[in-house]
Amino acid sequence: MTFQKQKADKATCFQRLVLNLQTYWAEQGCVVLQPYDMEVGAGTFHPATTLRSIGDTIWNAAYVQPSRRPTDGRYGANPNRLQHYYQFQVLMKPSPVNAQALYLGSLEVLGIDLQKHDVRFVEDDWESPTLGAWGLGWEIWCDGMEVSQFTYFQQVGGIDCNPVPLELTYGLERLIMYVQGVDNVYELDWDGIPTEQGGKCYGDVFLQAEQEFSAYNFEHADTEALFQHFKDAEAMSQHLLSQTPPLSLPAYDQTMKASHLFNLLDARGVISVTERQAYIGRVRALAKGCAEAWADSPGGRGEQPQPMSVEV
Amino acid sequence: MSATETLLIDLFSEEIPARMQKGAANDLAKSMADALKAEGLSVGAVDVWYAPRHIALRIADIPVSQADRSEERRGPREGAPEQAVAGFLTANGLASLDQAELRETPKGNFYFAVQHIKGQQTLDLLPGLIEKSIRDFTWPKSMRWGRGSFRWVRPLHRIVALFGNSVVPGALDLGNGESIPFGRETEGHRFSGSGAIALSNPATFEDQLREGSVVVNPTERAETILTGARQAAHEVGCVLIEDAGLLSEVTGLVEWPTIVRGQIPDRFMAVPKEVLVLSMKEHQKYFALQQPDGTLAPYFITVADGKREAETFSRIAGGNERVLAARLSDAEFFWNQDRRDALDTRVPALSSIVFHAKLGSVGDRSDRMGPLAAWLSSHITGADRDAARSAARLSKADLTTGMVGEFPELQGVMGAYYATHDGEDAAIAQAISEHYSPLGPNDNCPSAPLSVAVALADKIDALVGFWRIDEKPTGSKDPFALRRAALGVVRLLVENDIRIPLVNAFREAEMLYGGNSDVSADLLGFIADRMKVTLKDRGLRHDWIAAVFEAGASMDDDLVRVTKRVEALRDFVGTDSGTDLLAGYRRAANILRAEAKKAKGALTVGSVDASLFDEPAERALHAALAGSKAGEYLAAEDFGATFGELAKLRAPIDDFFESVMVNADVAAARENRLALLSQFLGSVDSVVRLSALEG
Repeated sequence: MTFQKQKADKATCFQRLVLNLQTYWAEQGCVVLQPYDMEVGAGTFHPATTLRSIGDTIWNAAYVQPSRRPTDGRYGANPNRLQHYYQFQVLMKPSPVNAQALYLGSLEVLGIDLQKHDVRFVEDDWESPTLGAWGLGWEIWCDGMEVSQFTYFQQVGGIDCNPVPLELTYGLERLIMYVQGVDNVYELDWDGIPTEQGGKCYGDVFLQAEQEFSAYNFEHADTEALFQHFKDAEAMSQHLLSQTPPLSLPAYDQTMKASHLFNLLDARGVISVTERQAYIGRVRALAKGCAEAWADSPGGRGEQPQPMSVEV
Repeated sequence: MSATETLLIDLFSEEIPARMQKGAANDLAKSMADALKAEGLSVGAVDVWYAPRHIALRIADIPVSQADRSEERRGPREGAPEQAVAGFLTANGLASLDQAELRETPKGNFYFAVQHIKGQQTLDLLPGLIEKSIRDFTWPKSMRWGRGSFRWVRPLHRIVALFGNSVVPGALDLGNGESIPFGRETEGHRFSGSGAIALSNPATFEDQLREGSVVVNPTERAETILTGARQAAHEVGCVLIEDAGLLSEVTGLVEWPTIVRGQIPDRFMAVPKEVLVLSMKEHQKYFALQQPDGTLAPYFITVADGKREAETFSRIAGGNERVLAARLSDAEFFWNQDRRDALDTRVPALSSIVFHAKLGSVGDRSDRMGPLAAWLSSHITGADRDAARSAARLSKADLTTGMVGEFPELQGVMGAYYATHDGEDAAIAQAISEHYSPLGPNDNCPSAPLSVAVALADKIDALVGFWRIDEKPTGSKDPFALRRAALGVVRLLVENDIRIPLVNAFREAEMLYGGNSDVSADLLGFIADRMKVTLKDRGLRHDWIAAVFEAGASMDDDLVRVTKRVEALRDFVGTDSGTDLLAGYRRAANILRAEAKKAKGALTVGSVDASLFDEPAERALHAALAGSKAGEYLAAEDFGATFGELAKLRAPIDDFFESVMVNADVAAARENRLALLSQFLGSVDSVVRLSALEG
């Protein structure tokens, strides 16, 4: 795929719009976090969303999360599909009464004039079988394009959410392609600096990675090793959950790891339809265990942790 | 004539799924009207409206108060013991018997407590009734939000409740200290309106919302969309492809519809039209257009929401065009990529797609379907054996293509395109395309001989396979859609008048699975059940079908023949002969049943001995049975004549019961008569098991 920056614009470049979103949600009272340092399939997996959805404390957070979907890799040859992309994620618990208005406000800071576009809330029920989670809401359409997911979580890790959190997920590449009027993701203006001055576009940053990771995901990932890693992560997660008190956060790290390993194996096509359900069930069992452990931990109860006794 | 008022309720929420709006509005209106009637309040005309953020109802002519009424309770008899009187007074809150009425009744003089109850003001009753109607309403899927415990389809924000000009004083409790007070304010369009609208009275609801850029009347929105879309198609010399389901869905997605026409770049018009239509309709909710010659036109129509400036519409059209182009460029990529490998070369890859853990891969399935379709083709006029084998073998190959991976709904259809590209016969391509059909009672049923062969092979292979591993549908559970497959078999055979001995077909399929556990009898019973459902639509009763299936020693497995026999039975039972024969048959059956009971099941009925007959009626019945050609006509499949022969038994059996005493004193004579009745039943049963008939 060849690419070329069409136009450099400091106001609509990728990094500026991400900063705008962060600023906007910070102003709405969110803690702005950095990405979680693990491979995940979606921003929802970040413990700031999953685990913090549980329990009755107020929690408002926003962050960018790189997301990996091994099956969506196209060796950098498709202008719309990526195996690694960015989601911007917002979680507000309890869901604010003006949730929709807050969301629409965030589109405006991205430069989308609501009077000049057709923005629609189209039914979309969300469910994550691996997380034992579901919610109701919409996908948001802007002139016919899905730009965000808007979900009122009802259950996470098999536990009823009470109060109910609002989750917003923006697919940043797609959204910003729309704002910049670019049809090829690799031509996204990243920094607002013209190419001749060393400015970068999306392809400069990511094309090689898309090519190499597609080859890795589809051809080279050692499936036997991946199966073993899955087992190891599952065993470690179970071990951590069996401690007194359980170590919910490290156990959840291992759950995320198992989930991503499952995605890689799925991309390699080595999991049959019937086995697939069994693997999803195993990850869900871990997620439920973590959710229950977290709910019973200081964080889940909304308390400050007590000093931990350390064996030397 | 007492004073009446009109009630208006408008529930303003976040966007309600389009498919749920209508049912909710109608159900809520009904529940509200019923609640009023239950309070003794009459109701007049009921209006219902819905839009993405509104569910509204208006009920006219409700009395402003309940009528006064009195309640009477009978107490003790005059002069009853003091204790009884005291109990009566306390129970009815009376101070003394002076406050009760003494009345004469046929049973004597009794005291009556009469309470005059003043009718309540409707405005006082309404808060409770409205709250209950809302609270009792259940959505197909509902949710909580914020800190509340109340469930609704999406967060509910405002409740308008006006009775005449007055706000109904009340509130909906959401739990955890939150509530929504009833009021007169609702909201207009999200982008084209100007915020809250205070409704003056129930009469102005529609107009006031219209001022707020919401067309709350769904019929009006649908008409606006349809007229506008037709016009927009006409402007470019095309015709709108009308789609009632899509229209109703889009009507539920917009509050102020405006028509936007977009263009499809020419290069995408080479992509199969099913792909284009699917991308437009299912994914984008666009209407497709066709050229006057019926081919797909390079335009689409989408319905935007809200009042906008003209230049805004071209921007919205441009945005939608880009979205569609992105989807179609993916499709175009698959279309070009997929055609590089012939379907034939894709067949081996089917071995890596699991069909069912116990039934092997899709590759195994297509290996079986080839020979099965070939076997079936010999029973189908016009179906070539080799073509059937090859179409069945290729039928699943499109599952390995990128296009079907992306658009699973197009399985079969894409196979036909790729087969045509590979130079396969048109009939083979058509058979691939249609082999999943019919998908239910209303889907088109294939009629081309080759298509029928492959479609039957697809279904029979699946049915036999799942029967072999005992994965039959139970109750509401039918995860492998086997009822649909069985229905498909019935429709393919009966509608195309194709005669195949199904038991043989099942055995053939079993052999291809590599073993004969013989599921055919049980499976045929399952098919018979489906047949009852299908033929019901043709006015053929299920018990008639049972009577035909249960006739003779084994079930008839030729569904075309079964249908004709059932039709002949229908004609027969409507006649006097039919009714009378049925009566004689039942009488004979009852006598034999009673005798069997007396003999505690040890009744042995021998063969008839003509020398033991005393009565002419016995001889006549015996002769009629011996001379009946029912069996011959049945074998010759002249079912009208077969039932004509049964009709000839009517007079002899009537005469028999008229003049012959079955329960004769002489045991030999009695047993001989029982044997004769048994022969009569057997003779009828070989044609039709009348005992299966109901009523």
